[in-house]
Parts: sequence; C-alpha cells; structure tokens
Amino acid sequence: MHERRYDAVVIGGGSAGLAAALALREAGRTAAIVEREPFLGGILMQCIHSGFGIHEFGVDLTGPEYAERFIGRVLAAGIDVFLDTTVMEIRPRGERRELTALSKRYGVVRLSAGAVVLAMGCRERNRGNVAIAGSRPAGVFTAGLAQRLVNIEGCIPGRRAVIVGSGDIGLIMARRLTLVGCRVLAVVEIQPYPSGSVRNIVQCLNDFSIPLHLGHVVTRIAGRERVESVDIAPLVDGRPDEARSFRLDCDTVLLSVGLVPENELSRAAGVPINGDTNGPYVDADLMTGAEGIFACGNVLHVHDLVDFATEEARRCGQRAAAYLGGGARAGASAAQSKVAPGANVRYVVPNAYVPGRENVLYLRPMIVKNDAVLEAAIDGAGIRKRKLAHVQPSEMIRLVLRADEIPAADPARPNLMEVSIR
Amino acid sequence: MSGSTGTPVALVCIACPLGCRLTVAKAEGGELRVSGNRCPKGEVYAGEEMLSPRRIVTAVVRTDSAAYPYAPVRTDTPLPRALAEGLLAALYSRTFSLPVSNGDVLVDDVEGTGVKVLFTRTLPPEEVPAVGEPG
Amino acid sequence: MFDVAVIGAGVSGAAIARRLSAHVVSVALIERAVDVSFGVSKANSGIIHAAFHHEPSTLKARLEAAGNPMFDGLQAELGFPFRRVGIVVAAFSEEEMKTIEVLYARGVANGSPGIEIAGRDRILGLEPKLNPDVRGGLFAPSGGIIEPYRFAFALVENALANGVRLFTGWNVSAARRIADGWHIESEKGERIEARWVVNAAGLFADGVSALFGAESFTISPRKGEEYILERGCAGLPSRVVFPVPARNSKGTLVIPTVEGTVMLGPTAEEVGDKDDVSTTPENLERVFDLAARMIPQVSRRDIITSFAGLRPALPGGDFYIDLSRRAPRFVQVAGIQSPGLTASPAIAERVKGLLEADGLALPPKRDYVATLPRAPRIRELSADRLEPLVAEDHSHAHVVCRCETVSEADIVEAIRKGHTTLDGIKFYTRAGMGRCQGGFCTYRIMQIVARETGMPIESITKRGGASALVVGRLGAGGTA
Repeated sequence: MHERRYDAVVIGGGSAGLAAALALREAGRTAAIVEREPFLGGILMQCIHSGFGIHEFGVDLTGPEYAERFIGRVLAAGIDVFLDTTVMEIRPRGERRELTALSKRYGVVRLSAGAVVLAMGCRERNRGNVAIAGSRPAGVFTAGLAQRLVNIEGCIPGRRAVIVGSGDIGLIMARRLTLVGCRVLAVVEIQPYPSGSVRNIVQCLNDFSIPLHLGHVVTRIAGRERVESVDIAPLVDGRPDEARSFRLDCDTVLLSVGLVPENELSRAAGVPINGDTNGPYVDADLMTGAEGIFACGNVLHVHDLVDFATEEARRCGQRAAAYLGGGARAGASAAQSKVAPGANVRYVVPNAYVPGRENVLYLRPMIVKNDAVLEAAIDGAGIRKRKLAHVQPSEMIRLVLRADEIPAADPARPNLMEVSIR
Repeated sequence: MSGSTGTPVALVCIACPLGCRLTVAKAEGGELRVSGNRCPKGEVYAGEEMLSPRRIVTAVVRTDSAAYPYAPVRTDTPLPRALAEGLLAALYSRTFSLPVSNGDVLVDDVEGTGVKVLFTRTLPPEEVPAVGEPG
Repeated sequence: MFDVAVIGAGVSGAAIARRLSAHVVSVALIERAVDVSFGVSKANSGIIHAAFHHEPSTLKARLEAAGNPMFDGLQAELGFPFRRVGIVVAAFSEEEMKTIEVLYARGVANGSPGIEIAGRDRILGLEPKLNPDVRGGLFAPSGGIIEPYRFAFALVENALANGVRLFTGWNVSAARRIADGWHIESEKGERIEARWVVNAAGLFADGVSALFGAESFTISPRKGEEYILERGCAGLPSRVVFPVPARNSKGTLVIPTVEGTVMLGPTAEEVGDKDDVSTTPENLERVFDLAARMIPQVSRRDIITSFAGLRPALPGGDFYIDLSRRAPRFVQVAGIQSPGLTASPAIAERVKGLLEADGLALPPKRDYVATLPRAPRIRELSADRLEPLVAEDHSHAHVVCRCETVSEADIVEAIRKGHTTLDGIKFYTRAGMGRCQGGFCTYRIMQIVARETGMPIESITKRGGASALVVGRLGAGGTA
C-alpha cells in the first residue's frame, strides 16, 4: 500500500490535468497527477492531425506535439505522476480529501489532498445511446475508439465504412480511414447542416470526394458476424422516411454522435452535476459544489479547442492554489453572483461571476445564425454586446469580461448575469 | 475540383472561420477571377487551391518496438496534395527504430519540395520518476 | 468412447453435463460456437421464475417449480450472482385482476412458496415505483434475478473441473449408429464416439434430431428484444415487474438486473431466420410505452444498449425432454424456452433419470467437487480486502474497464478459462457492459488477449467466426 500527501491531486493527465498541475506548482503548491493510461497526454496522443495550439502557441501543432509542450515541463516541475492508476473514490476527511486509487505499479494507493482537481475528460456516446436498430455485428466503433485503434495500435478497422455524425471527430476519422486504405462511403448527419468545421469539411470530405448526407439517419445496421450493410433514410418532419431509404454495403460503421463528460467519480463524490453540460456546477473559481473539489477541461464541459481547455485548466489550478492558500473559499469568491444562460444559449460555464476582476465565460449557442449579437446583462441591464459573424452549436464562444465592465454587486438585487444570443 | 476554362468552381475559403463561399472562374488569359471573398486572404486561398492545393499530411509509421509499435509523423509544412499518396506509400513500407524524439526528421525532402517529415511524439515517452515512499 | 455426449453447451447442456459429472461416467460437452452459452442462452432475461405462469400439467411448470428452490444451493456451490428479489405482476383493471386470480391458483397448484394476491396499497408497498394507477396484483417472493452467463459459465467450469471434456467450435454434421452407441462427426471432420447422446442443441435441436434419425419436429425461432438502462437510473424497481400476461407471452417486463442495471423487454415475434437477432425501432417504442405504463420513471435517455435473442419454440410451447422412441440411446431436450433457465437444474435431474432408466450406470464419483474456487474480482472487494490480493499481484490493481471495475487479472482469468473472444470476456467479467460500452477498454482487452494467447490482433473476434474486430495492421507488409 502506498500513502502520499499533497496540497492538490489532479485526476487526469490530459490537456487539462497537465495545465492545472503546472499552475498549482507554479503557485508553490505540491501536486500529483493520477492518470489511467501508461502515458501522459490523454486523448491528444491519438489526435495525430494538426489544428491544435493556434491560440495557445500561435503555431499549428498535432495533438502529441501540443501535449509534449506540457509533459516535459510537468516532469521537470517535481509533480508526482501516477501512471496506470485509476481513482476509485474521493471522500472528505476532516478538512482534506482522501482519494483511493488502484495502480498497476503501486497497488492500492491512498492520497490525501487539500484540493482535488477533476480533469477526467469525456467519453463518447455510443450506439446504445442513439438506439440504432439492427443486429450487433463486429465492425461498429465509436469514432474515438477507431481513432485509438488506428493511430496508436496501427490497426485498419475495415475496408468500407459509413460514418454517423459530421462533427469534427467523425470528419477527422473520415480522412484517417481513407488514408489507411478503408474507403469511406458516406458521412450521415442528422441535422440539415454539418456540425464540424468548414476546414474539416474541405480537408476531410471534399478532398476525398466523400458524400455527406445532411438530414439523414442510419436506421439499421445489418450483418451476422461482421457489419454487412447499413440502411440510411432522410428525415421528414423529424422521422425517417422509409420509402426513400437506401442501403450501403459496408463492413464498418463509425459513430461520432457526441461526447459526454465523464463524471461517474464526481457523482459518487457528491458533486452536483449540471444537466445542461453533464458536468459539475462550478463557481467563479471553478470549484464545484463539493468543498475543495475543482473541475476543468472536458469533464466540466466538452470543449472544441484544446487551447480553451488549457486556459480554463490553468485558471482552475491558480484558483485551487488560492483556495489552498487562504482556507475556505478564499480570494474573490466571497462575493459571487449567478450566471445563467439566456436566450438561445445552451449553457454558460462557470455558473457564477465575481465583480472586480476579469471573468472568462465559455458558452454554447443553440442556434445557427450569421450576423448574430451576443449580449451579457446583469439584472436586465446590458454590460457588453458583441457581434458574431457566425454562430453554431458546435462552436464554443469565449467571452472575457474585464473587471471594469462589471458593476459592483448591489446587495438589494439578485445581480443575476444572463448571456444571450440573438 | 478544377474546372475547364470558363466553368466556375465553388470553394469554401478556410483561411479564417468565416468560411466565405467563393466562386472561382478561369478567365481567357488563364488568370483566376475570385468572387465572394470578404478579404484578400480569400483570393490567395482560391489561387492556391485551384493551382496547387497543399495539405499538412499526418500518419503513423511502424516501429521496431512492441510497446509502442506505431509513431505519429507529420509534414512540417503543407505538401502539394498530389504527392500525398506516394509519401504515405513510402512511409508505410518502412519500419523505424526507436527511440525517437518529437521533431526528429525521418524524411529530409519530399520529392524535391523542401517539405520534411518529422516525428511528432517522443517514443518511448520520457520516463516518469518513481513516486517515493510517504513524504 | 465417451459414455455420454451432450450436444449444446447452453444452460441446459451445461447443467446436464455438470449433473452427470458427479458420477463416474465420461462426458463430452459439444458446442458449435466458439464459446459456451453463445446461442439461445446468451440473450436471456436472467429471471428465476416463480412457477405461476404455466399449467401444472405441463412439463415446464413441473420443472420450473422443481428448479426454482435449487438456486440457493447452486449459488453457494458455484458463486454466481443471484438474488431472490420477488416478482410482482401488476394489474391495471378489474379484468386484469381476474387473470391475477388465475395466476395465483396456478402458483398454488405448482407449489410456489409464499405466493399471494395483493391489493393496491400492498402492491405499491412491495414495489413503490409502480404506476399509482395500479389496481393490485400478484406477489411471488420466490422469484429472483441472476446473471445468466455467469451461471452457465460456472456450470461448465465446474463440469470441466470434474472431468467433463468440452469441444467448442464443433458443429455436428453427421451421425451414425455403431455397435455400442453413436459415431458423431463435425463439419471439420473431427469425430466423437459416445454410448448415449443428449440433444440440447437449442435452436438447432430439430436439425440434430434429424441427423440422428430421431423424431421429426420443427423449432420456430421467436425473437425477443431487450433494452438495457444504465445502473442507478430512475426507473430501477426493487422487484421484477410483470404485466398481466398476454395469450402466449409473459409480456414486456421491467427487470432490475442483479448488477444494478434495468432490462426492459422482451418482445415476442415469430421470425423466419435462426440468425435474425436484430432490434427494431418499432419495438423500441413499444417496449418503452409498455414499460413506462408500469414504471413511469423509465426513460429512453437512460438506454445504454439493446440486444435480441431467439427462443427455440416447439408447437404447443412445452418442453420436450424424453428418450427418443426412434433413435436408441438418444435423449431429446428440445423447446427449452422460458422458463428454461429456472428449470435447468431440474432438467438436468430429469435427463440423469432418463439415462439411468435407459441403462446407463451412474456410480457416484467419490472425488466429485461441487464447489468452484471463488476467484476474487476487484469489483466485489473493498480497498481493504483488495490490499493482500494486490500485494501478491499488481495486475489486480490495473483497472482495465473503469465503468464496471474490471482488472487485468480478471481479464486474464477469463482468458485462461478459455474465453478469448470479446463477448466471452464481456460475459465473464462484465468488461464492456457499462456506460461507455467498451469505448475505453476494447483496445486494452485486445492487447491482453494478444499477449496471453499469442493471437495476432487481426484474429481477435467479437464472438468467433468472421467477427474479427480489425482487418489488418498498417505498414511493413499490411499496407493501406
């Protein structure tokens, strides 16, 4: 058995965990990272395509290159790293938190932490979640699993594939499968517009002449032992029009149907979860409703850009360090007021703001629109307006409110901030 | 993607997130007429896409290691699209020895273009120090 | 030459083989699929029924009533998960209450212990999540829930430990009489000789019967779809909840599985194809409507997976367990649909009796071991009890499937027991059955299988045959 004590324990060694741990260390705190894979870097290590780091570093990097910019620094910073280690439980113990983990190298590990940073990332929605009917042959993969099998294990998943979902992961895999000799017959998207970026539509579909069927669904998967075909139908009034259904012979189906923050551990630890994000409710310091437990990165809400996840995690590490320095809810957290999603906004994170300092909010629109206007208002009075050339649900918006833009709290009023898009 | 003289081609510009819908036509003298762009970058992009589209190429290559049998690689700058298939075939036919470092060059110059192919990951990964006893 | 060849290693064949292994006889257990319990028994609701659905005159009713009480003893010996949570049949009208009375009478006649008719308040007390519109119903405390593949695997493992020989991937293709019994051949040309043969071939019992020149009958596959909701969801009841049954079907149930998930279903429809295990969107709607009628908190948002199974139905619907009258030394065990799982230990007793009556001597085996050594599984142990285990072998602390808490040691144990397909490992350990449905553990399991068996990764299958996961590897020969 192995027992260790740290100021902070970070759960997850991906983009968020690495940045949060570094920020804690830079603030003079002792920290450990617990990571279930045998390597650091998280999901970035299988994202071998480029497009990462343009905001953070001003350079177009591949996933592993982005991750390695942090990994070296983490190892040099005196942060303890537990690889092949899975946290099973977080419990309060007096003023601190106790974590129990299982480690291939160290056996049963008990960690005592003043603060915990949740950075476990997310998991993929799968076939069961979208209830595609038919048989259950081999050859049906979530896009991320296929990506792992190709990019780390070097496997070729199949020879003829259909991809469900036109989000970036599905588009990236359309290209990747093509480049490894698996022909992609179609990408099928339920919405009438593609959900991934234009860059990916061009470089992953158009470059390879892969058809994109908008407003369509896969209604069944057939095949005895291995996938043999899929049926695809257009949606009419939200229901599949069987009369216009067509069949594609294929041996592989990739599902890119959404990501869900991985909060099983958080729930078990009593962290209240926000139904709009499937991640924890957090205050302006990114602390959850459970004392001393913070959250950042994809476990808090699913990001599109790793750069934003890094930034959020860095800030989270700084706030956790401040918390450790000053006891319960130190720093600015005393005078927090609520932030809520307004019109056409699915969610805003964090769920609180603090006057008198910079507040960085991340939000997702619920509409697709060109020339939209984003507005932040407190108790109905606008404090910031911004024009957005184009909004769509798959593009997160980052809103930085300067200290001078936010009026001091009025004790007689709710001081509720709402962010809307019209 | 390339129309014959006079047939306009539709492109989406990816120089920035706006994604202007461009229409590109080849005029008599061979020069391109680009419309639909909201800034000059669109014209530059259209020109490149029509005449010499380039892409960053990424792949995984076989190594001699059992623990890390594949290593990710990239072209350091965008490569003319037409050369991608040949490059991939060449890469897939080789086995590379570990250890390698992020940034190591495996191909110095792809077909005289000056584009290099680099490893994008350090393999095996940098060793994580053992965690000491209760401290 | 074997004394007995049992054809079919589903729950019936496994129970029979294990029962016989307590005697000094040599037994061959033959299975066409790559692993046991991969046919009918793979897609089972996991219910131990409480003997009120079927007329006492039927063989199924008698064997169900005899089998039900045997599960406590079997659990003690073999260690599979099993709980007697009780069964509630919910009635929503006076008319349905009349059917409840019929079921009650049947249960009493079959000897179902503690069976009672409950009024509205009592039934809501027994199952608080019932729709408050319920009028009353039946409560059978002897009903229970079980993990069916763990049960089948445990039966086989114990049988093997007691000398039974298992032949998988062995598809019977021909049979002929020889002096003292039967000469049986497989599709691949392998041979087995046995003095007696037991036909427990599930969906293919009719074909096997024909090969041996025995009775002619037709097994009609009846498909049932099931939907699984994630652990801890709002619709989780405490009892197994039945509707009042339809004419030839027990109806769509809401089942709290022994692992904490919820199973909705099964449906029931005739299909032409013994390979058709597809689910359909229409049935999804129907199942949810029916389930929500009884337990309103059931929600489609909680679905994690679905599957379908086929019941091997005989005309008339009863079990056919008898010595053949046309083929000598041949026991038919056919038409084993619901309540086959519940009846299986009693089916085994009956077959043993039939063989004995037919002249097979069954001296008791002095060194028969009825119990299975309990291999520790990390999901069942607290951290304190894990420590000595882990101290010995760190692979117990290497968590491979996070959703279901399955360690590398658990996976290796499954592989060493002969389960080398992803489905076999899944049924043995639960790895891949949780909320991420294998998204994170699949490649890890594949690596472990490749390491333990030496199989190349392209040979690893989901469930044998042509169900390989990947078709090749990149580079150095296996090119794009």
